[in-house]
Amino acid sequence: MHGVFDIVGPVMIGPSSSHTAGAVRLGLMARKILGEEAAKAEINLHGSFAMTYRGHGTDKALIAGILGFSPEDERIREALEIAAQKGMSCSFQTVNIEDAHPNTAVIYLVGTSGRTARVRGASVGGGNIMITNIDGYNVELTGRYPALITIHHDCPGVITQVTKLLAEANVNIAFMRVSRQNRGETAMMIMELDEEPAAEVVEQCRQSKAVDYAFAIPAI
Amino acid sequence: MVNFNTIGELVALAGAQQVPLHEIVIQHEIHVSQQERTAIVTAMEKNWQVMKASIERGISNQEKSLSGLTGGDAKRLYDYQDKGYMGRQVLSAAAYAVGISEVNAVMGRIVACPTAGSCGIVPAALYAAQQKKNLPDAAIVMALFTAAGIGMVVDQNASIAGAQGGCQAECGTAAGMAAAALVELAGGSPQAAANATALAIKNLLGLVCDPVAGLVEVPCVKRNGFAAVEAMLAADMSLAGVESVIPVDEVIDAMNRIGKALPKSLRETSEGGLATTPTAKALTKRIYPQV
Repeated sequence: MHGVFDIVGPVMIGPSSSHTAGAVRLGLMARKILGEEAAKAEINLHGSFAMTYRGHGTDKALIAGILGFSPEDERIREALEIAAQKGMSCSFQTVNIEDAHPNTAVIYLVGTSGRTARVRGASVGGGNIMITNIDGYNVELTGRYPALITIHHDCPGVITQVTKLLAEANVNIAFMRVSRQNRGETAMMIMELDEEPAAEVVEQCRQSKAVDYAFAIPAI
Repeated sequence: MVNFNTIGELVALAGAQQVPLHEIVIQHEIHVSQQERTAIVTAMEKNWQVMKASIERGISNQEKSLSGLTGGDAKRLYDYQDKGYMGRQVLSAAAYAVGISEVNAVMGRIVACPTAGSCGIVPAALYAAQQKKNLPDAAIVMALFTAAGIGMVVDQNASIAGAQGGCQAECGTAAGMAAAALVELAGGSPQAAANATALAIKNLLGLVCDPVAGLVEVPCVKRNGFAAVEAMLAADMSLAGVESVIPVDEVIDAMNRIGKALPKSLRETSEGGLATTPTAKALTKRIYPQV
């Protein structure tokens, strides 16, 4: 059974929990994955998002999330203007992605330092989201848990090293997934955690042998 | 711990402890969320503050929604409240509900209750009750727990999503939640509150979800006004001693079966009903010229 505040709540900016509140959370996740302020956002919208995004303010909601606003922030409706004032460039395209959830967005961000992130996710109802792809790697991330992500060389022992660091920091792994593009090349590991890992734990993961990059995403 | 899966069980627990429904709902939430009572009550107080702010904004709103389909009707109705057949009490409640829905449509801040599409009904009915009976905010906050308890059971045993159960699942559930809360606020028994839920939901069974252009506006905004008034009538009927022949849990089961029997075209896909009328099609074309 759902809790009291799933029924009377959440506090949100209208008009739609899936097309507005969920879209803010998708933008927020993309911003957290990028790990810095975005200078540029190119967004592709599929399905119902592509059809109805203007009427639901989905475009404003996604940009609001990328700006770091929460789903109950009243500035969401002015998000496009706020982004323009900050010099962030935003563009939207409607696309058709085979077999994608009807409320899917692909968000490509370029950060202020030049870092990039391409995040695909769907708003799956009631404001809940599912991130399904990061930079070409298939993932399943809901944003309900803090996550640790590594990009590493696909070779034996990396998982042991990283999970050992988490174990030593007394951080429990709730869900875990490993994916790669090709054998022996680059791979990605995603761990959803019961606690947010400390910055030094993330740094230790980064320093681990065969790990190219590691970053943490807080729960949203 | 207290646990309930039906309204009947919720009423029986309240009867056994000799407490109002909201007390059982709070005890359940304390156990499930592992939070302190004060934290839970404070969170609900915050929701009530947001609800009140959305009402005040709604009845003075003159802004049109992004699509241009709605906006300004709550103020029209509120300004008319002394002149109508239905009287100030009822017309102001309808204006509150329409107003909250208009705030939702202009990307304002609301509390989903149980959904964004039905967000006007419970707060409007409770605000009208607060004014009529001069009730403190604390009493309304407790009534919101009662409303939540009803919604939790409907959510579990039927649905609160238009895409699954049609509008009966959204506005029907909200009216049932509001009716129970109103009965409790008037001093009615838990049994009378449950009976009001049955009366309210029964009258909205079969209501389909066929929004024009896929937006939470037509018919949703005005329907919130109708459903708030319906919840008040259901509460008054129950307080007057009118009994639902079909018990509330059987009504919820009927809602579930009706929802499953509804074609997909009438479950929030905008592929049928009002959404495919000539006027709706023309409006859709105007709103989305690129499609």
